[in-house]
Amino acid sequence: MAASETYPDDLKYHAEHDWARIAGDEAVLGITWFAQDALGELVHYEPPNEGDTIAKDSAYGEVESVKAVSDVIAPLSGEVLEVNAKVVEEPETVNEDPYGDGWLIRIRMTNPSEADSLLGLDAYKQVVAEA
Amino acid sequence: MAQMLLRTPLHDRHVALGARMVPFAGWEMPVQYEGVIAEHRAVRADCGVFDVSHMGEFEVEGPRATALLQATLSNDVDKIGPGQAQYTLLTNERGGIIDDLIVYRIDAFRFLLIVNAANTETDHHWLKENEIRGSDVRDVSQEYALLAVQGPRAIERLGLPEAAQFTFAEGEIDGIQCMVNRTGYTGERGCEILVMAEDAGDLWDRVLARGAVPCGLGARDTLRLEASLPLHGNDITPDTDAISAGLGWCCALDKEFSGVAELRELKARGPERKLVSFLMEEKAVPRQGMAIEGRGEVTSGTHSPMLDRGIGMGYVRADSATPDTELAIDVRGKSRRARVVKRPIYKREE
Repeated sequence: MAASETYPDDLKYHAEHDWARIAGDEAVLGITWFAQDALGELVHYEPPNEGDTIAKDSAYGEVESVKAVSDVIAPLSGEVLEVNAKVVEEPETVNEDPYGDGWLIRIRMTNPSEADSLLGLDAYKQVVAEA
Repeated sequence: MAQMLLRTPLHDRHVALGARMVPFAGWEMPVQYEGVIAEHRAVRADCGVFDVSHMGEFEVEGPRATALLQATLSNDVDKIGPGQAQYTLLTNERGGIIDDLIVYRIDAFRFLLIVNAANTETDHHWLKENEIRGSDVRDVSQEYALLAVQGPRAIERLGLPEAAQFTFAEGEIDGIQCMVNRTGYTGERGCEILVMAEDAGDLWDRVLARGAVPCGLGARDTLRLEASLPLHGNDITPDTDAISAGLGWCCALDKEFSGVAELRELKARGPERKLVSFLMEEKAVPRQGMAIEGRGEVTSGTHSPMLDRGIGMGYVRADSATPDTELAIDVRGKSRRARVVKRPIYKREE
């Protein structure tokens, strides 16, 4: 079942509809409820490789629904520590739980100060309202 | 300039059901309600209903209606009698496919043609240009709505008698007069119901009350692709021909029609490319326009909900068209393995 529309307030957001959950020098990344809803049921997740470096504002992977494919944009720069294998096997996990089991990658941040440029909850909700 | 989109008589009902509306062939159409995959599964397991009122309808009549259709359509319309329907192609002078359509023979001098929405104007223009004395072609698309009710339980849910595929009859569903055509675009049993536009809302409500799941164009596309049914504009076009597309079975090469000489010649020497169905051997979703490495191009691709794998159709060199031939699809720079399969890609076990 698809999740209902939520945007947790403990996350940092990127205007390309991505989120980051920051803990120490690591961050877990994923796509927001708005992004998964716009795409529809996901059928494929093309992840980066563990050990890859990703750059803020650049694509690090692809998510694909029956009708469309979309790049996933990195909200932060870093090294990929882990890819969520559950989402590779069952991409619909992102639709069911976009901020929990549906996370996409875990990274070690290479430039933690980038987090200051991300959006808080209210600013991101404004982006969604104008989308 | 924003183009004004046309709306079917069921537009408000789609919006009320929470459908996601998208532009398609000049129409504002529901692409999905609950979700493409759930709708797709409903049709394979039970019964779904699609609003396909955007499709075009022409009446062709007169003492020389048959002569007009014999000269413009690829199939032999004299092989069907009143109450029967036939899949056929409208071909140009090069044998290219202007449209694929179904012709319904009402009686000796009267036919109904149901054509693709995107081609309605082109087809009408083409037929009008080829009209002969004693034949009259009328575009009656605005008068009708069309509901496709598809799935193993579709006929039972509608309370209709069993009937052979590609037949049609006048019918009544909960008191609403309609024409029930035993045709479809999903690979399932079912029917397409032609109804007066003003009765469409009532019919839609009755069909939903009988348990059909509302389905959008998204599921229509995944269903037709699993069934290896070509989509005009993708897999067949005015620049592709019936022989290469594997549609020679609906071309009566022993009669005269537009482009027949080219098709006879193509058949005799063998086409250079053939339209094949394929299944991905790796996780990836093929899409229209992707290269089939060294061999051709994808014309349609999607994710198959039933097989949980990427599937598609595309043209390949004739020597690569045999089932089990290994293909490689260029998926945004990554080479992904695929395999030619027999048509249809998916068929439910009965």
